[in-house]
Amino acid sequence: MDSALIPKGVNRCPLSELILKLGPVVAVLLWGVVAMFMCWIKGLNQTNMNDSYGFALWIWADLTVIALGGGAFFTGLLRYIIGKDKLKNIINFAVLIGFICYSSALLILAIDIGQPLRGWFIFWHANVHSMLTEVAFCLTCYFMVLTIEYLPLILENRQIDRLPFFHNLSHNMHEIMAVFAATGAFLSFFHQGSLGGVAGVLFGRPFAFREGIFIWPWTFFLFTWSAAACGPCFTIMLLKITERITRKKLVKDDVVDLLAKIAGWMLTTYIIAKIIDTWYWAMVTAPSLGFELTDFYSNNPFYGMWILILEIVVCGIIPSIILISKKGRSNPVSFMTAVVLAVLGACVNRWAMVLQVMAAPVLTFEGWPMYYPSWQEVATTLLPVAYGIILVALSYRYLPVFPQEVELNPVESEDQGGKAKKAALSGAEVSPARA
Amino acid sequence: MKNDQAKKYGMVIDLDKCTGCGACMVACMAENNIPFKEDESNKLDSITWMRVYQLTNGKPYPETDICYIPRPCMHCEGDHGHSPCVSVCPATATDYSQKTGIVSQIYTRCFGCRYCMAACPYHARYFNWWDPVWPNGMEKFLNPSVSPRMRGVVEKCSFCFHRHQLAMNKAFVEGRRELEENEYQTSCAQACPSGAIAFGDLNNPKHTVNQLAQPDNAHGGQPKNPEVFRLLEKLGTNPKVYYVSSREWVRRAGDNYLKNENPGKAH
Repeated sequence: MDSALIPKGVNRCPLSELILKLGPVVAVLLWGVVAMFMCWIKGLNQTNMNDSYGFALWIWADLTVIALGGGAFFTGLLRYIIGKDKLKNIINFAVLIGFICYSSALLILAIDIGQPLRGWFIFWHANVHSMLTEVAFCLTCYFMVLTIEYLPLILENRQIDRLPFFHNLSHNMHEIMAVFAATGAFLSFFHQGSLGGVAGVLFGRPFAFREGIFIWPWTFFLFTWSAAACGPCFTIMLLKITERITRKKLVKDDVVDLLAKIAGWMLTTYIIAKIIDTWYWAMVTAPSLGFELTDFYSNNPFYGMWILILEIVVCGIIPSIILISKKGRSNPVSFMTAVVLAVLGACVNRWAMVLQVMAAPVLTFEGWPMYYPSWQEVATTLLPVAYGIILVALSYRYLPVFPQEVELNPVESEDQGGKAKKAALSGAEVSPARA
Repeated sequence: MKNDQAKKYGMVIDLDKCTGCGACMVACMAENNIPFKEDESNKLDSITWMRVYQLTNGKPYPETDICYIPRPCMHCEGDHGHSPCVSVCPATATDYSQKTGIVSQIYTRCFGCRYCMAACPYHARYFNWWDPVWPNGMEKFLNPSVSPRMRGVVEKCSFCFHRHQLAMNKAFVEGRRELEENEYQTSCAQACPSGAIAFGDLNNPKHTVNQLAQPDNAHGGQPKNPEVFRLLEKLGTNPKVYYVSSREWVRRAGDNYLKNENPGKAH
């Protein structure tokens, strides 16, 4: 039914099958939409946030998707600025994931604020001292860049590409994409960093507070660094999931190996910096404020020392060692383990830097308040996941996301009839004029 | 007529006098149109600009001792007005006044990101999770000088700033630019039956708060009086609420110390 929209030379499942498979995802999406409107109409009393947990699941989700969406800017930097040409085969997918992550972050932020209609105040009454102001400006600008980067891919849809204007526009945009990649890298450096700064500047919260250079606490650099390390791992993880679902190889191993190797070295250097930061904070910063390291990891039912070990050792050191070794990358099991652990590491780090900051008591006569999200918070957090799955599915179906797909998955033809049948299945046109 | 001298309004609370009666909390709620829920037992989502904490020394009877700590907003000065909450607000909805030392909150500009709440170590900032609902007829008894807040914005103790505005208006009409100590007092200070709360200009040697706290402005306002302390002094928030207690364990409870750390001369 939609074969005219499907790229040439590739196989796609029937539309009815796609709709059936996306059914449950759409249901989750609608569940999230209902929760979203409940939060907008009834207010944030629909959540389990409270005055101790002003930041909770949503802010964690925001920070996490932005970190994991960092694969887009870093892959773009490697491809267009550093000149790793091989990565052109995965850059479309990285941009798509980045676009989903950043649009999700903006949506969650729109739900998370108490007065959504006043959201524009952050631009109009901007406080230049606030890290959140920088986040808002850079995030919005970078989302525009991502849209510009994603647009040529949409324009390459078979039907749109037939129109000369869009064909030329797409071509010309590709020509100047290095400019946007550089802009994206610049903006990302600042907003990824500012998100780290959001926690690091809180000098009233010893768990979060870090010294730094000029106005930037160390978390500023650590967040950018970890996004550059874990973002590509997230891109690779989703690529492997997509390959598993489509039962196709979509990107050649040498491309994935190159990206994983670079991510591995980024992760290695990041985790060394993170260990130094943690050590200095535990031995110097926190004691100067009257806290010992164990104060932040005891006397509560959840936040134990395990979280630090999980983040730094299990999700930091172990995946680093695997990813920088050729042997580790060539073994599919250890490779996937490393990629998943790296992604989990970013999630744990952001969790600690948002929720543990809120939980750790500062006044001596207060305890650890605990928090679990309401179903509305869970639903609105799953909403972007469902939206992401749908956008990936539709982009994969109708856009040439993976340039190597045709080469890696040739549509074989036995005879003229078979060719026509295969071509029809793939969505290629069978009219003599186009054949 | 000039008014060049910057004020630094602050509070000194004598914890040896405080009985924990809660009159300051009630007075604050009535004065500032603070909304309340039918069930106020969950203190994590109820609004109490002035909140009284109960502390114990953790010792068994007969050495058990109790102390009540009233905790308003500390109106931190931080470093040159960069208090923890003011510097992080992305929309400039909270501000530090160099004229009065009061940290204000602009309710109509706040868009409810709650970053200021995350920044405040004293939990002195509260979010309006609901729109205010008053019992039938109570709207008629709200304070006309204080605007009620809407759902989705943050609020906090203002040191009854509307009283400062009213007192200044009156003084201007009378041709004065300076206020007497008793012309501007917070509702909690006036309501305290045991006189535990003193309020005034920390920069004015004639005011009680200055005499009690003896703030050393050359060292971030640290108290010279050895029996006076501020909450979480080490963080560098530079708060303007001081506490007095003759009891060492109470003073020690005001800040975090390492196990073998000597609290220092003031403690």
